[in-house]
Amino acid sequence: MMDWINVILQGVLVGGLYAMFAAGLSLIFGVMRLVNIAHGDLIVLAAYVALVITETFGIGPLVSLVVVVPLMAAIGYMLQRLVLNRTLGEDLLPPLLVTFGLSVIIQNGLLALFTADSRKLQAGDIEVATIRLFEGVYVGVLPLLQFVVAVAVIAALQFVFYRTALGRAFRATADSQSVAQLMGLDNRHVFALAMALSLAVVAIAGVFLAVRANFDPSQGPARLIFGFEAVIIGGLGSLWGTLAGGLILGVAQAIGAHIDPGWQVLAGHICFLVILAVRPEGLFPKVRL
Amino acid sequence: MSEPPLLAVRDLDAFYGDFQALFGLSMEVAAGEAVAVIGANGAGKSTLLKSIAGLLRARPDAITFNGARIGGMPAHAVAAQGIALVPEGRGLFASLSVEENLLIGGQLKRPGPWNLQRVYELFPVLGERRHLASTALSGGQQQMVAISRGLMSNPKLLLCDEISLGLAPIVVRDIYARLPAILGQGISLLLVEQDVVQALKTTQRVYCLQEGRVALAGAAKDLTREAIAAAYFGV
Repeated sequence: MMDWINVILQGVLVGGLYAMFAAGLSLIFGVMRLVNIAHGDLIVLAAYVALVITETFGIGPLVSLVVVVPLMAAIGYMLQRLVLNRTLGEDLLPPLLVTFGLSVIIQNGLLALFTADSRKLQAGDIEVATIRLFEGVYVGVLPLLQFVVAVAVIAALQFVFYRTALGRAFRATADSQSVAQLMGLDNRHVFALAMALSLAVVAIAGVFLAVRANFDPSQGPARLIFGFEAVIIGGLGSLWGTLAGGLILGVAQAIGAHIDPGWQVLAGHICFLVILAVRPEGLFPKVRL
Repeated sequence: MSEPPLLAVRDLDAFYGDFQALFGLSMEVAAGEAVAVIGANGAGKSTLLKSIAGLLRARPDAITFNGARIGGMPAHAVAAQGIALVPEGRGLFASLSVEENLLIGGQLKRPGPWNLQRVYELFPVLGERRHLASTALSGGQQQMVAISRGLMSNPKLLLCDEISLGLAPIVVRDIYARLPAILGQGISLLLVEQDVVQALKTTQRVYCLQEGRVALAGAAKDLTREAIAAAYFGV
């Protein structure tokens, strides 16, 4: 019994990380109907940026967030403004192709710069610290921290979207680009801000990934898959849905791993397929396609 | 001695791809004036408004506003100049509530008399429904939201594209009854309308378009029904 509680708890905690992988993806699709195939690779890129920052300045990974987050946000703004804005239009295909190409470029660029060696960021004692929740149930401090941050990030995004002028601008531009322009909104700038926000979340996800597990240039696509699955399970257009999707995916994987370690990823995929078959629009959909 | 007009359109051509919708069209609106543009479907009325608002490409010197050449400027820049378009079919943001639609209208924060409180005084029913989704309102109420959203940017010139479209006559009369309150604040109005009677009652001057050209222009009170019918239908 205790076993199962621990399993589900571990699943929930890693689910928070998956939700963070997915949040940036969900945001971009919601605002500009752009599917960013390079999303997972951008998470890995953020991890390598954190690696460089921590080694250059001798600071811890969590402290490096102060630099990595604004840096990735700026990269996101430039990327959208200079490259991806040109791909947006009636057709869904050009952004897919361009971001696919971007994915290849990022992976090979990182491979050339850093080699295929597996890396990991050291966060020190916090990595092995545990706290006791109640009798027989212990959680790692770092996973718990990551989960809390993931929930906080989703809540912050929700706040931005529904309670700020910027969020209004995002939603209005998603509804109608031409009428949004009539309000004085420059679509190119609004989209670039959305991508900057997405990559800021990617930066946090990347640093957490780097501390929690090994990473190398090829890890991107797997993160993208988990991100997609979390978004689809939760329902397009709903940020809390994305959190739910991440948690469900995490728990499914944890249950699968408990039965047989080789079944971890498979269990997640099976859960995703079942939900896609039974309720294709996801659990809490908001977006009309 | 005449002041230059607030809006001057000179020799405007407009294209949808290869299809030409406007042919060397010229017209103007003076400061504080209310001008109507009437014409049959396809005459080019909406095209004219979209060109002024920046949604359609135009030559830089084809459109002058407040002394500045705005032809070809992107729509968000034209809005910043002080022109607000109430689009055909309302164009409300479906994901936003009534109040959010109004707030985003005021995005530019231009100085002026119009704000949320003034809007709710003009259209009290909107205040009652401020947190509803904009699409949950009746057609007439949605039109009030669309007009108010335009007013929230405190424009110098308000462009209205067929605000009577799809509305019951009594609702149309109700909305037009509020226009004097809007005009009294010094806003200039360029009104595209299918409802010729309302257009003539509300405005000082009228242009009648036919197949992308001005077929008739004059003071609203001077034009006879026969002249208008002839220009409207091109007989």
